[in-house]
Amino acid sequence: MSADLKNGRIVVVGASLAGLRAAEKLRDEGFTGSLTMVGEESQLPYDRPPLSKQVLLGRVRAEDTGLPRRREVGAQWKLGIRATGVDPIGKHLVLADGEQLPYDRLLIATGTRARPWPNPGEGALDGVFTLRTSDDAARLAERFDAGPRRVLVIGAGFTGSEIASACRERGLEVTVAERGPAPLVGALGGALGALAARLQLAHGVDLRCGVTVTALNGRNGRLTGAELSDGSRIEADVAVVALGAMRNTEWLAASGLAAGPRGLACDAGCRAFDMYGIVTDDVFVAGDVARFPHPLFEYQMLSLEHWGNAVEQAEVAAHNMVNPGPLRRPHLAVPAFWSSQFGLNIKSVGVPTFSDQVVIAQGSLEERRLVAVYGYRGRITAAVSVNRAKWLEHYQRLIETAAPFPPEPAAVDQPASSTPVPSDVPDPKLLSHGPTVALTGHQPDRRLTLMRWSG
Amino acid sequence: MAADTLYRRITDHANRADPYPLYAELREHGVARQEDGTYLVGTYHEIAELLHDPRISSDQRNRTNPDEFALGREGMPVSFIGLDDPEHDRLRRIAMRPFGPPHTPGRVDALTGEIAKVAEQLIDSFRDRDRIDLVDDFAYPLPVTVICRVLGVPREDEPRFHAWSQTIIDSFDPTPGTDPTERRRAGLDARSAMGEYLGDLADHRRGRQSDDLLTAFVNDPGPEGGFTREELMTTSVLLLIAGHETTVNLITNGMLTLLRHPEALDLLRREPALMPRAVEELLRYEPPVQLLPQRSPLTDVEVAGVTVPKGSPLILVLASGNRDPQRFHDPDRFDPTRQDNQHFGFGSGVHSCFGAPLARVEAQIALTELVRRLDAPRVVEDPPPYRRSPILRGPRHLLVEYGGTRP
Repeated sequence: MSADLKNGRIVVVGASLAGLRAAEKLRDEGFTGSLTMVGEESQLPYDRPPLSKQVLLGRVRAEDTGLPRRREVGAQWKLGIRATGVDPIGKHLVLADGEQLPYDRLLIATGTRARPWPNPGEGALDGVFTLRTSDDAARLAERFDAGPRRVLVIGAGFTGSEIASACRERGLEVTVAERGPAPLVGALGGALGALAARLQLAHGVDLRCGVTVTALNGRNGRLTGAELSDGSRIEADVAVVALGAMRNTEWLAASGLAAGPRGLACDAGCRAFDMYGIVTDDVFVAGDVARFPHPLFEYQMLSLEHWGNAVEQAEVAAHNMVNPGPLRRPHLAVPAFWSSQFGLNIKSVGVPTFSDQVVIAQGSLEERRLVAVYGYRGRITAAVSVNRAKWLEHYQRLIETAAPFPPEPAAVDQPASSTPVPSDVPDPKLLSHGPTVALTGHQPDRRLTLMRWSG
Repeated sequence: MAADTLYRRITDHANRADPYPLYAELREHGVARQEDGTYLVGTYHEIAELLHDPRISSDQRNRTNPDEFALGREGMPVSFIGLDDPEHDRLRRIAMRPFGPPHTPGRVDALTGEIAKVAEQLIDSFRDRDRIDLVDDFAYPLPVTVICRVLGVPREDEPRFHAWSQTIIDSFDPTPGTDPTERRRAGLDARSAMGEYLGDLADHRRGRQSDDLLTAFVNDPGPEGGFTREELMTTSVLLLIAGHETTVNLITNGMLTLLRHPEALDLLRREPALMPRAVEELLRYEPPVQLLPQRSPLTDVEVAGVTVPKGSPLILVLASGNRDPQRFHDPDRFDPTRQDNQHFGFGSGVHSCFGAPLARVEAQIALTELVRRLDAPRVVEDPPPYRRSPILRGPRHLLVEYGGTRP
């Protein structure tokens, strides 16, 4: 059994971070069979975080963001071609040119794409961009080089905020339009959202919150500006649509797999579910496209668009693809992400939106150096640092052990007052009820969960 | 023997050449309370947790019985290694501004050529000999030349600051049973003298152009303001001492380890590209900083089932964590190709080594050149005589004989 798993045919769909790391891990684990990598983009795997940072600042060229290779993977690369379907009974992947790729095990890591501007005519105006691929970044950086009079960023999530930051660093005028009450509020809640708003204003961003862009205007096919829901108009020659990501699952519509707008559902071992919720044994999922249950967050199905999650989930998936049942591992990594904007390093562990309260545990908002700790029903579920990332390991451990919230008020750099306030995140609705789960064990193969019954 | 004498035995100079059996004993006890109420921790995962735990202070003032000599003195306050955030963070950030990212990302990289040249010249001088003292002839002069260049300290002043540095290092030698009062006072005097010396150097750089740190500290303080003169003095003392008392041990311990493992030495001679990984393994296997003696908890903290009371001295034995079989496979084996090697050679957390990028490059270049150019090197005396300090552990001398040098 085990020997068979180390051989055969594995196809990986999606040739970005998760796909590449899975391929490397498969070889690390002794897989000697044939390996095929299928990618819609024509480039070899590259790194996306720099696209909204160093590339837009002109410090790194978009084509120089190739991912470092950890080892030779000995794969056949099929790049620049889309996968259009899976036949789970015949066990083959169908490509856009009609080719059928047979597999013994399949890894789906097709990730996400940028949500386009809802009006296709307006979205096609010259000067309207999205930012997801290295080609997008190259075009946008080129446009920034040309010195636009004003850039409009639609959406103040992490990508939108980083783009606005890059604009200001380059001395470009920028307007940010955000439907919510503050930038980053959807991911980090009210307290840090307010900090982000002050930060943007202090850096000269024309920040408009609580408004939506109702129309993009153009003349002769070129963008000239936009209309906002509060009746105001903005003149801009570049607009970046930063309205989040859409999961690349449409191609799986006829596959019989549990794929939908929120991702392709899988178990904690990265095995895909079929549409009835029955787990498959030869189709695996990793990265942004995956939707998986996390015990620390009451087994809610999480979809994460995090660099670290792509790596860790890909490695778990690869391990499980070439090891028999008892040796398989769960994907239990605590979610984590980072952002750099307006001179600040923001880093998060846990799930900040899975919270009802937040407290500043170290530092202060005024100094823009802090650790904010999030709690849900009396236990710690997340922590976000601003220029304080080195403390986060400690809070990650508290999250893993379901430690009580608020944390003990004894720490270096303690704020004068540390009273929890509502975390003011979008309602974590539909939360299930049940015992608290904690993680134990230090090594990947010894990670376990344990139940902490209470009440 | 009783676990509560472990610290006495670890600091005993007689055990300096091989403290590792004592560390193994320490790990068996988890957290070991010592006769004087000090707590020793030597297991990897507990050390990792404590290094990232914001309830653990590096500031002596948070001890129930602070060491008055560690509190500095009027005009010569404590440097950031002995402070907590936010002061630690502020001072470290100012010091980092001209040294590394984000403001000066290319600094260490730009030194590579110069470091290689210093190494080359030192080894050239071995040509007509068949025996060297690796410490005095190579491992000491190399980092001293580099740190002088980085800070902007005249190389020819080395005898002066070396004497101060020795006195300072000796002053915090924790060997129990010896009366430290005189040594401590001398140490404070040396710190003040070194601080004044560096402060004067910096004063003369005001308004001048040069790419060294002292010049940068006085001329480019950054948007939030730079050091006060006192802060400049204490920070510069810290950087000068750390820059030349630790890398010497990394290089010497490193070469000694390679000489004890001829197959590793051969491997690195054949494949010099493996050196960066080998240096990481040396940082794990024979770390130049063996333990962190200055921590204490701000509240009662539970460590592996033991409550360490607020204000107790808490000593993290990094070199023991580096040999913990719960973390590293076959930890007592030196394996220059080891993967998954997240050692404590530079500590971890907010106080992780400021100069680590420079130390890495220095050790990689130094060892690559020694391995490449010395024919058939061998240790004359093993174990060699060791320096006094159990914290900054390394040979005082390391006599090496060789068949010749290659170009």
